[in-house]
Amino acid sequence: MCDTCGCNITSGNEHFLQEGGKLAQTESGREAVEVLQGLLHENDHQASHNRDHFDHHQVLAINLMSSPGSGKTSLLEATIEALNGELRVGVVEGDLETENDANRIRQKGVPAHQISTGSACHLDAHMVHDALHHMALEPLDILFIENVGNLVCPASFDLGHHRNITLLSVTEGDDKPAKYPVIFRAANLMLLTKVDLLPYLEEFDPARAEHYLRHLSNPAEVISLSAKDGTGLEPWIEWLRSELSHYREALTAGSTLHPAIAPEGAVQHQHNHEGHQHHNHNQSETR
Amino acid sequence: MHELSVCQSILSQVETVAEENSATTVSLIHLQIGPLSGVEVPLLKNAWTIARADTLASEAELEIEEMPITIRCSQCGQVSRAKVNRMICGQCGEWRTQLISGDEMLLRSIELEK
Repeated sequence: MCDTCGCNITSGNEHFLQEGGKLAQTESGREAVEVLQGLLHENDHQASHNRDHFDHHQVLAINLMSSPGSGKTSLLEATIEALNGELRVGVVEGDLETENDANRIRQKGVPAHQISTGSACHLDAHMVHDALHHMALEPLDILFIENVGNLVCPASFDLGHHRNITLLSVTEGDDKPAKYPVIFRAANLMLLTKVDLLPYLEEFDPARAEHYLRHLSNPAEVISLSAKDGTGLEPWIEWLRSELSHYREALTAGSTLHPAIAPEGAVQHQHNHEGHQHHNHNQSETR
Repeated sequence: MHELSVCQSILSQVETVAEENSATTVSLIHLQIGPLSGVEVPLLKNAWTIARADTLASEAELEIEEMPITIRCSQCGQVSRAKVNRMICGQCGEWRTQLISGDEMLLRSIELEK
């Protein structure tokens, strides 16, 4: 596994290994053990398992991250309507409390599972894994994972998904990428939402939001849209089609997709987990 | 604020390594953390004092090596230091840069007593 095959060794830490190997005696006679694992090793391991599971069912998993109230659920509602059955989607919703968002999605005729995190401010790979026991993946093309509304913690946890989307609503201010660099750096796509309100918000400049994103060295596409009046939905749907096709090509080539900037552990897990046993995530399965 | 769950994950890994090496006590835990990891060092240190209680690592010191953000320019090749929200080349100002260091969130090594 990853703690023995050397995949944790990067250009930033390889010199430690050359300083005396994996085991060395310190001056005090204690035994120093080289570990070189991501701090979220257990999460990353579970995430890797989740990704194998998505890939087994050929389901593109997309992690939606943003502050609370930026319009993630509204975007999903509008997306389901715009797709009109063209792609089969499912949704995992993360909130501290209530089943409200999952209910909104179900009313659109799409399967949804609500994760209530209690007080946890983000989803992690274990929570998503548990949710997969309640979602049949076979009939899906895309699974949206709507993370807990929070611009900080969700960026640190790999869920086993393939793509990150960070939403920024125009009511929040165009300098959010500069203020919350970790989460915007992780975006494969930045969606500017609620752009129907732009005429009332002179202080929000979409070009400036993009400028701050580039300063994170992130080349991600930026799409402006309004779930309310339908502006920008077509390029967004086209992005989904294109990513799904890209994902399927990767699977055909025996590979998969990883989010733009995966937490360090996830990148280190990009090697193939050969011999890894899949277990069935049937809805009836109990753990 | 997820520093406590990070501590719990560290403890779980540390206990596994201690068990594999038949150690009774963990005396030092060495981490590498970069500013782009999303982990705040002062918060992690605070959380550590709570998380380590009643574990093999209850006396263990947390030694944190804070890694700088270092980038390499895709245009001019210059290697320079950068800030979390300004990762542009220090030489030519290009924004397409490659991160060399700064997103570490790594358990580097631990010291055990038998």
